[in-house]
Amino acid sequence: MKMTHSILRRLLVAICIAVLGAFVLPPQDAHAKPTGNSCVDCHSEMPDKQLSDPVKGVESDIHHAKGLGCQDCHGGDPTKGMAEGDPELAHNPAKGFVGSPASKDIPGFCAKCHSDVEFMKRYNPKLRVDQLLEYRSSKHGKLLETGDGKVATCVSCHGVHGILAVSDTRSPVFRANVPGTCAKCHAKAGYMKQYGIPTDQFDLYKSSVHGMKLLEKGDLAAPACNNCHGNHGATPPGLTSIAFACGECHANNRDFFNQSPHKEAYAKMGLGECTSCHNHHDIAKPTDAMLGVGERALCVRCHSQGDKGFETAAKMAVELDTLKLTLTLAHELLTRAERGGINVRLGKYDLHAADDALIKARTAIHYFDFDKFHEVSGSGVTEARQVITQGEEALHDLRIRQIGLGVSVPIILWVALALYLRIRRMEREKPF
Amino acid sequence: MSEPATHSGLSQWLDERLGWHAIKELALHKRVPMHKHSIWYYVGGMTLFCFLVQIVTGIFLLLYYRPTAEAAFESVEFIMTDVKFGWLIRSIHSWSANLMIFFAFVHMFSVFFLRAYRRPRELTWVSGAFLLFLSLGFGFSGYLLPWNQLAFFATKVGTDILGQIPLIGDWLLTVARGGEDVTGATLTRFFGVHVAVLPMISTFFLLGHLALVQKQGMSVPIGEQYKKTRQMPFVPNFALRDLVGWTLALGILVLLASLFPWELGEKADPMASAPAGIRPEWFFCFMFQTLKYIPGKVWFINGELLGIIAFGLGGAALVLVPFLDRRAAREEKHKWLPVIGWFVIVYIIVFTVLAYMP
Repeated sequence: MKMTHSILRRLLVAICIAVLGAFVLPPQDAHAKPTGNSCVDCHSEMPDKQLSDPVKGVESDIHHAKGLGCQDCHGGDPTKGMAEGDPELAHNPAKGFVGSPASKDIPGFCAKCHSDVEFMKRYNPKLRVDQLLEYRSSKHGKLLETGDGKVATCVSCHGVHGILAVSDTRSPVFRANVPGTCAKCHAKAGYMKQYGIPTDQFDLYKSSVHGMKLLEKGDLAAPACNNCHGNHGATPPGLTSIAFACGECHANNRDFFNQSPHKEAYAKMGLGECTSCHNHHDIAKPTDAMLGVGERALCVRCHSQGDKGFETAAKMAVELDTLKLTLTLAHELLTRAERGGINVRLGKYDLHAADDALIKARTAIHYFDFDKFHEVSGSGVTEARQVITQGEEALHDLRIRQIGLGVSVPIILWVALALYLRIRRMEREKPF
Repeated sequence: MSEPATHSGLSQWLDERLGWHAIKELALHKRVPMHKHSIWYYVGGMTLFCFLVQIVTGIFLLLYYRPTAEAAFESVEFIMTDVKFGWLIRSIHSWSANLMIFFAFVHMFSVFFLRAYRRPRELTWVSGAFLLFLSLGFGFSGYLLPWNQLAFFATKVGTDILGQIPLIGDWLLTVARGGEDVTGATLTRFFGVHVAVLPMISTFFLLGHLALVQKQGMSVPIGEQYKKTRQMPFVPNFALRDLVGWTLALGILVLLASLFPWELGEKADPMASAPAGIRPEWFFCFMFQTLKYIPGKVWFINGELLGIIAFGLGGAALVLVPFLDRRAAREEKHKWLPVIGWFVIVYIIVFTVLAYMP
């Protein structure tokens, strides 16, 4: 009897452990079940990671998400092979099986669909279909044509299986990830040695105004490598085309430069239009000190005392400083008045316009012509002076308020004193 | 046909209905003791003066203020810039609020050191302590009403502390905020509390406090009652002296409003990050700074919770002072009580200064 109880108790404990164990264990991986797709079923079981990993990667792949399967790229028959126990039935050349393409064939492999306008319209009508053409015109594409197997192809940037949409933040071609993706090859000195190009672009870019905006602040408006070099048609911009690349975003700077006397002079001297002053990969945040004839001014690199450029640079720098000082004073006056409780809404509105004039003036520097620059900066100075007048009027109102209150304080104190004297007199006349 | 209303006729009319002559006699025969600490009697009156200023200026502000997240800031801006003398009314309301709390603290400490709470004035002290708490409540609820950036985040931090209270913390937080976060619903709640709930409760306590002061008369400090103290008539001598105190309070108020107009700041933006140097109003700073210094965990208790419990016990001890100080009832001096009082004053000053240091 005692023994039966002991067995029952142990059985109960065993059942409890089994139930709890089953509960705490995570559910079995659903993907281990056969899917009916011989590519997935067979490759997922393969001990060689190179053959099994594509199955895992494809789960997050944009093509998979759109309903495309292995056979849509690699050909073959996914309905055969597994049940029959013969993988070669799936790898059927008669069913278009091409297997894994060689590096040189990858652009054409992807272009089977991506250059097919009708096909692409079904999935993503706004996606361009000229990537192969672009690629062939790129430095990468041209080198590939020569049989260089080291150059980047589609998969070098987009990945192989597990390709994500460009807008996906995890994608290697998402804007903020592009510099890192390019740097995978371009920052490797050994890998790039045979091409004889620098490998410090990524480091220079990281410290540039663009790099810091994009990589540190996450500002997706800042350009990555492809914004200047192109993406599928990536190529180093020539001396004359750099300005066009910069002008894509800095349109006014480009237009003003093109109207400036520097345009012709730079062309004659063989100087890069934007890069001569701003550099290229390590473009620093421009400062006002770059203009003028001071120690940190760039103008004095070419211009010296006595020439017209030197004189223009000096005048423009003085004018810019005047605008900045006037704006600072306008801001200060409005702030003081506002702190005093005076309505300065209109002044602040006008000040925005004057602040805009400073931005415009900094752009108008690229005219490298004092009269044209003055048209912009001079209007800013006029607007700022108007705000100063408003600020002074507001402060005058504030002073009147303060004087009014200031006058009332002695009156109040006089009343207090009069009361006190009245009490004294009253208590002298009628002591308690 | 009734006689035309003359002064004596009106007095008679009031006496028949309100017992006016009895009130007049009481006022005329009321005496206030005079001794070397009499000056502290006037601070209570100055606190009352600020409270009255709050009511008058508050009613003026109510004419234009709109208690919604969308319109609150703009309505205060409108008051300050477009309404005639609106800037003055708001500035005086803000400064008077701060002066009222300052005078309330001074009044409380003067009563504490003079031990004027002793029998039979225990209830006068208790009602006064509650009035101090209510003043702090006015300060806290009113701070958010302009819906500016600093007030928004200070209220967020302030109400976060409520959430630390065990068991009912989450509930309290939701009730105070009108939701999980500080939103327009919080503003509406705070407005309701500021202009309806607190004034109603304060009026009740204030009338009780004043009635008790009249009933019990002014306390004479221990040791002074055996001396031959002079008695001053309440009307007109003390009343006129009180009026001097009120006039001086008005002078201070006007001086502060003219030299340091109350700023409005930037409109609250819940999506923006909290501004640097965020802290509550000065009268909460000593508590806020203490909570900052307490470690996250003290033994196994949450540090912030420990601080809240400590300040809660401090508040309870403050209310119960007359019942804890047994010697006061026996008219005996106390060795430690002034030390504790001075320690609390120094603690409040030091921690407030620390909160304002960069």
